[in-house]
Amino acid sequence: MKILTIGDLRTVRSEAVKKLMLREQSDSTVSEGSSGLDTGTARMQVLVCGGTGCKASSSRLIGERLKERLTEKGIADRVDVITTGCFGFCEKGPVVKIIPDNTFYTQVTPDDADDIVNDHIIGGRRVERLLYVDPKTGQSVSDSKHIDFYRKQMRVALRNCGFIDPENIEEYIARDGYSALADSLLHRTPEEVIDEVKRSGLRGRGGGGFPTGVKWGFARKSVSDVKYVVCNADEGDPGAFMDRSIMEGDPHSIVEAMAVCGYSIGSSEGLVYIRAEYPLAIHRLKTAIGQAREYGLLGENILGTGFSFDIEIRYGAGAFVCGEETALIHSMEGKRGEPTMKPPFPAESGYLGKPTNVNNVETLANIPVILTRGAEWFSSIGTEKSKGTKVFALAGKINNVGLIEVPMGTTLREVIYDIGGGIKGGKKFKAVQTGGPSGGCLTEKHLDIPIDFDNLVAEGSMMGSGGMIVMDEDDCMVSVARFYLDFTVEESCGKCTPCRIGNKRLLETLNKITDGRGTEEDLKTLSTLGKVIKDTALCGLGQTSPNPVLSTLNHFHDEYLEHVRDRKCRARQCKALLTYFINPASCIGCHLCAKNCPADAIIGDVRKPHVINPDKCIKCGMCMARCRFKAISVS
Amino acid sequence: MKLPCDVAGKVDAICDAHGNNPGELINILHEAQHLMGYLPEEMQKLIAGKLNIPVSKVYGVVTFYAFFTMTAKGKYPISVCMGTACYVRGGEKLLDEFKRVLGIDVGETTPDGRFSLDCLRCVGACGLAPVVMIGDKVYGRLQPVDVRRILEDLDA
Repeated sequence: MKILTIGDLRTVRSEAVKKLMLREQSDSTVSEGSSGLDTGTARMQVLVCGGTGCKASSSRLIGERLKERLTEKGIADRVDVITTGCFGFCEKGPVVKIIPDNTFYTQVTPDDADDIVNDHIIGGRRVERLLYVDPKTGQSVSDSKHIDFYRKQMRVALRNCGFIDPENIEEYIARDGYSALADSLLHRTPEEVIDEVKRSGLRGRGGGGFPTGVKWGFARKSVSDVKYVVCNADEGDPGAFMDRSIMEGDPHSIVEAMAVCGYSIGSSEGLVYIRAEYPLAIHRLKTAIGQAREYGLLGENILGTGFSFDIEIRYGAGAFVCGEETALIHSMEGKRGEPTMKPPFPAESGYLGKPTNVNNVETLANIPVILTRGAEWFSSIGTEKSKGTKVFALAGKINNVGLIEVPMGTTLREVIYDIGGGIKGGKKFKAVQTGGPSGGCLTEKHLDIPIDFDNLVAEGSMMGSGGMIVMDEDDCMVSVARFYLDFTVEESCGKCTPCRIGNKRLLETLNKITDGRGTEEDLKTLSTLGKVIKDTALCGLGQTSPNPVLSTLNHFHDEYLEHVRDRKCRARQCKALLTYFINPASCIGCHLCAKNCPADAIIGDVRKPHVINPDKCIKCGMCMARCRFKAISVS
Repeated sequence: MKLPCDVAGKVDAICDAHGNNPGELINILHEAQHLMGYLPEEMQKLIAGKLNIPVSKVYGVVTFYAFFTMTAKGKYPISVCMGTACYVRGGEKLLDEFKRVLGIDVGETTPDGRFSLDCLRCVGACGLAPVVMIGDKVYGRLQPVDVRRILEDLDA
């Protein structure tokens, strides 16, 4: 229905709240027992994760199978199957949750639909084999609230992800959705809204950490007939997927926040600049915009207040530099995404030369909840200068890969060991890279530092958008630096010399070192050149691009020295510095390695120890992977 | 190479639908790339003419963005994820193995047109790292030893 007044919004909400009641109630309790239709439960719901990670493991098919089975059993009217956004626990995906008893099933396959329906939904008995097993106790855990991964998390930006159906506006409205917009339009002046955002202490979640309210204030002050609100959804940090999950799991929060921003700065046009590589997020966002228009929450004369606002989608085309706001604006204008000098800031002259306010997805997702719960509530979370929570994409050599949200000030140790469940395969923690290609590595000695914007910068890294890649003893820090530089060189737009040529030289020097041709002089070059690039590059990408090199050089100087002085790579990653050999005592001469060697470098008679010809060996490691007797070693 | 007639007509229509507005160039290129899977020179010339801008400008945009390509993709387009999470879990070794088995480099297509090889930055399935996308299907937790089997399965 069309929502024309605040009264209409209340009516829609009170109806929608009833539908969501079952989930709200079970969310606020911890369930010990399990329920089923035959054991007296009247209605049940099955939440299936529809995030990209779980979809890659055929979660859609799980949903379809469940629906088929429920229909066959004639109970489809009493059990709803709902596709939600990301639950965050990607390591154990696909995730399925049963309401009202909160049973949290992990690594579900389409074939499990039978057991879930027959045993659990009908019979009221949990399918034990699908429950999460706590690695510490060996006990299975049925309620996600008891899983360590969730215990220390606080979901603010992700409040609706994995809870509501992102393609249903009423479920969003039931969770106080659009009430921040209604309240702002009806009861607050634009200045009051901006003031509330300022007082909340919210800082931009895209990388730099600039205070959002102040940014809005600048755009408000600019005088112009047309202004633009832009949502930066060009999440380019490889290995980070916070923004994507928010758009997939709670797209209406972005729509609402953009409208609030439009009202505050005096704009009636919103643009979402989103990566074309995110088809699901694009689909969900389009659906949300369409529904908001249909309900009258976007368009002309919203809630009869005379305020009009609408949103258009613009596609990115795969350029990391377009995360920088001036580059993003040029890209939206159909040009090459090259950054320009600031000032003028976009708040004065942005898209088509008009005042433009650019905010990141996660920043916007915080806006509605700040306005409904108040700046004081928000600023009570976090540290002195970094308020609220932060979403991180935790990945790499960690047990619990996934999307997490923690209050600012949580330590890396809590994130990696409590939430992340420690390092994979019992290996030793070596470093964690935050801030992607613009950030740096943090090491063992930084584990107890509270994570916030300023602490990370002080340690030579940065918050960035929230990618957090954990590395263990098998990762070579020189190679990691080279990996990031390789990325920056490829993504550099080429406009300014320090970034275009300087980074290329940095990469060449790193290649020289990993190829075993480096000298100690090269380490000095890396350091001086890196600092020059930081000081002289035009935009944020260039200025931060040497960070991975400088921080690894700083924290892992020994490892660099080993590469250039002893020609050794302790992590055994740099091929040029490795030699593969067969231990004659363990080799039984099965010939399997020789058969699989792509370079024909292994010779030997059957049942006699084989040898590797070092001149032919291409160091692919295939022999080692294939050998069943652990006879092949590398040094 | 000349564009097939129907493709040329569709490119025309796409440009018209966007009001032949140079500001819409990126959106136009997205739709145009859909037609043949890539953006051949002739198509770029046609678009430049419609929007009344130099071809160099269109070419500049096409080559700037990683999403746009000027080479035809294979029947099975293979994209190896080179996001950091996949990299630390062995993405590079996987890529090397694809290169070796297919005998092509990144950005190339096999002479028989069956396979093309590319890198991409993060599919967002980091829990399944390292990940390879072939067409729309995501293959997770792969090892170099799995490569040959996957290619054979596709070809079967």
